[in-house]
Amino acid sequence: MTTHRAYWAVALAALIALPFVYRDPYHLHILVLILIWSFAYTSWSIMGRFGLVSLGHGGFMGVGAYVTALLWNHLGVSPWIGIPLSMMAAGVLAVVVAYPCFRFRITGHYFVLVTLALSGIVLQVITATRDYTGGSLGYTPDRTKGNQLLALQFDDKITWYLIALFVWLMGLLIWRWVDRSMSRYAMEAISDDEDAAAAAGVNVTFEKLKITLISALMTALAGALYCQYQMFISPDTVSGIAVSLQMVFAVIVGGVYVSLGPTVGAIITIMLAEILRISFGTKAVGWDNLVYGVLLVLFIIFLPKGILGSIIDRFKTRPERPVEKSVAKPVAP
Amino acid sequence: MQAFLDIFDIYLLEAVVNGILLGGVLALLALGLNLIFGVIDVTWICYAELVMIGMYGMYYLVQVFGFPYWAAAPITILLVAALGAALHFIVIAPLLTAPPINQLLATGGVLFILQSFATVAFGIDFRNLGIRLPVLALGDMHFSYSRLLSFAAALIGMVTVYLFMTRTYTGTAIRAISQDRQIMSLMGVDTRRLYVITSALGGALAGLAACLLVLQYDVHPFVGLSFGPITFLICVLGGLGNFIGGFIAAFVFAEIISLGGLFSDLEWGYVLAFAFFIVMMFIRPAGLFARRS
Repeated sequence: MTTHRAYWAVALAALIALPFVYRDPYHLHILVLILIWSFAYTSWSIMGRFGLVSLGHGGFMGVGAYVTALLWNHLGVSPWIGIPLSMMAAGVLAVVVAYPCFRFRITGHYFVLVTLALSGIVLQVITATRDYTGGSLGYTPDRTKGNQLLALQFDDKITWYLIALFVWLMGLLIWRWVDRSMSRYAMEAISDDEDAAAAAGVNVTFEKLKITLISALMTALAGALYCQYQMFISPDTVSGIAVSLQMVFAVIVGGVYVSLGPTVGAIITIMLAEILRISFGTKAVGWDNLVYGVLLVLFIIFLPKGILGSIIDRFKTRPERPVEKSVAKPVAP
Repeated sequence: MQAFLDIFDIYLLEAVVNGILLGGVLALLALGLNLIFGVIDVTWICYAELVMIGMYGMYYLVQVFGFPYWAAAPITILLVAALGAALHFIVIAPLLTAPPINQLLATGGVLFILQSFATVAFGIDFRNLGIRLPVLALGDMHFSYSRLLSFAAALIGMVTVYLFMTRTYTGTAIRAISQDRQIMSLMGVDTRRLYVITSALGGALAGLAACLLVLQYDVHPFVGLSFGPITFLICVLGGLGNFIGGFIAAFVFAEIISLGGLFSDLEWGYVLAFAFFIVMMFIRPAGLFARRS
């Protein structure tokens, strides 16, 4: 186990040292994007791995990004306060939608459709309040003339890289914490058979709500960070069904049952989009999503455990965790 | 009569009637989605995108190839029906034994494919048929013929499906299969054939909706997003697979959208509809017309 820790420490040190050694701004930019999106995808997988398939995460992300930016532009509230507020807003939204769903046992198809509608509605609200949010044209947080730290706006990529790295690590730690907590067993029991879990003394509504809330808060943070980094948000890039599906796609491609799966998914999707963009230029509009779509269908049919999940399965020889039924089950039970 | 009309705000009445007209098309969409869910137990997330492809089909047939509207409509309906059958063959059939969520996500992938295919093939410009139907003036109220036509055609479409389901052998088999999947295959019914027929029928309904919607709205690759989510809300509120529930819920939602749009922007109508939906979920979680089991 100690060697395992050592590997992690070395990898982490290398990741921290990277921007000081390698300074190419474009590559750093791609890395920051990968880290932020990895964090968003990780937060989706925290609930997605238990069969709580949400297509509403685009909505949470949009709330995170827009509330932070609106508070800054209209009220001058620093993102340091705005981000927690936006996370709270997303959390309230998550509870308002998820509580009746869980309380009244709305599962499976129903849950997916309700959350899908949620992300569609957040998109509509942003478009409808175009006087404040700029509607579908997008929105830019005002550039600060004062303290960069206070406004959470940094010009250099290295600072952003370190921030994104830190948040990404936090995301992995939360994933691990859930993975090792009692909640995991409760949630696995729930996803196998809700009635049986309830009969065994699991508070089904509470456990599901807890996981959903954690996931929504993290997603809102990802949205706010994306906004602060890119300094431009539009309903299409941070909210709506397309973003929600993009999250699902990346997580499934990477692997929903392994902690680094969403990260692998983010690396693959962002690299794919960038390669297409560089090689085809503006003609590439639409092509990346076309490739995503085809890959998503192919993965669900042929490789439901994702790339990383399948690789780990193949090399896993440890006797204490054989490929049992619950692990071998594809995507969501 | 005039005194009676004066009691009501004339705009309110107009909005109510327009809501009913909108409800017809929404009910058609909900019927298609419910049919597929009821029979195959799959939710096509990409249903509204099939409509979008159908709208492009209409646009190209009418504007580019010069077909008259009445000739282009059947071709479009057949085209989208074929697309529905193909969707079943290529994506759903290999996943029939997979968990339901996987099937649903796979159709999510198809949503991506259709949207970006439209972006790549047709561009992101807004397009329309260039057909402007006259407006019917009734007292001080104005109703566009395109809406009246859509409503009538949607009703005819729904009645046709109803007759097909109740009067034909295949329709009876489809209704039976939605009651019990296992038993029907034991009874010697070819479920695979029925699944393809149902998918084609669902596609045909999407095609019909496309022919009607293209009269009222411009088509662009993301047009599906403007009525897709609301269709899902309708189906959930009516109870997935419940045809009557979906039908009534469609009109309830259409009224909310239309009246909400009267007092503010159309988007607020959608927001209001969503708020209503959440409240209803607390009151009747299994849909408006769920039977108590």
